[in-house]
Amino acid sequence: MNLAEAVQLVSFVILGLMMIGGALGVVLLSSIVYSAFLLGAVFISMAGMYLLLNADFVAAAQILIYVGAINVLILFAIMLVNKQQDFAPLPNAGIRKVFTALVSVGLLVLLSTMILATPWSYSTSTPTGESNLVLIGEHFFSDFLLPFELASILLLIAMVGSIILARREYIPDQLPVSELPQTILTLPERPRELVSTTSITDQNT
Amino acid sequence: MQLQYFLLLAAALFCIGIYGLITSRNAVRVLMSIELLLNAVNLNLMAFSNYLDPTLIRGQVFTVFVITVAAAEAAVGLAIVLAIYRNRDTVDMEQFNLLKW
Repeated sequence: MNLAEAVQLVSFVILGLMMIGGALGVVLLSSIVYSAFLLGAVFISMAGMYLLLNADFVAAAQILIYVGAINVLILFAIMLVNKQQDFAPLPNAGIRKVFTALVSVGLLVLLSTMILATPWSYSTSTPTGESNLVLIGEHFFSDFLLPFELASILLLIAMVGSIILARREYIPDQLPVSELPQTILTLPERPRELVSTTSITDQNT
Repeated sequence: MQLQYFLLLAAALFCIGIYGLITSRNAVRVLMSIELLLNAVNLNLMAFSNYLDPTLIRGQVFTVFVITVAAAEAAVGLAIVLAIYRNRDTVDMEQFNLLKW
């Protein structure tokens, strides 16, 4: 084992431990804010894995989109629905968790035996290295053109749908009949009800 | 470095995501578990792209598409969580029985 392989192995072990530990923290910790930050750690270690796999463009996209967009979005959602409540205990909650853990470990064992038993046909050609951005661009505009365009439509639909879902509801029988010169650029929305004493977060939503 | 290491790591991440998806009560945590699942799939695709198909890196293209769909899913899912929270005043998954008999 030469130096490069040793460095790769050590960084793989560090990133893997960071990823598995972060994922366990996301699932098992009780505070959801800690879970969100550990999810960011998982995303960053995943970007390191992509660098180990000779994919620099996707690693940069992973950090930009997952850490920069999705994780921040999750943190904003946590801040908006931040209701400190203790969930009512369920009957047989322990049995449920034990059974789910058994199913998950069984799935892991099944996948592991499948991975270790399969004879993978390794390619002998060298990885493309730094020209993979050019290759991805060629794929996008030749043989993956239709999914590429569909992805833009999907993003547009998701943007419109999430705006409509998160907006306050529109009540049509309260159409303003006044002819006063009111401010023009206002959406007709339900006025925010000031539910007192419960929490401040209601006013933010 | 072998392909099997990456696949085993992705399998472990997938199983942790499955566990979190089923057992968590908070709706936002369920969405985070779904992100873990999508990341495990991405790691599989990237490992296959590097070890089995290194000249035409089609796995990386698929990973970019999965990242796009994950971003759209996160936006719509969090908007749904926000709407349900506004109506139900809770984020407990056990009380979201709107479509359940």
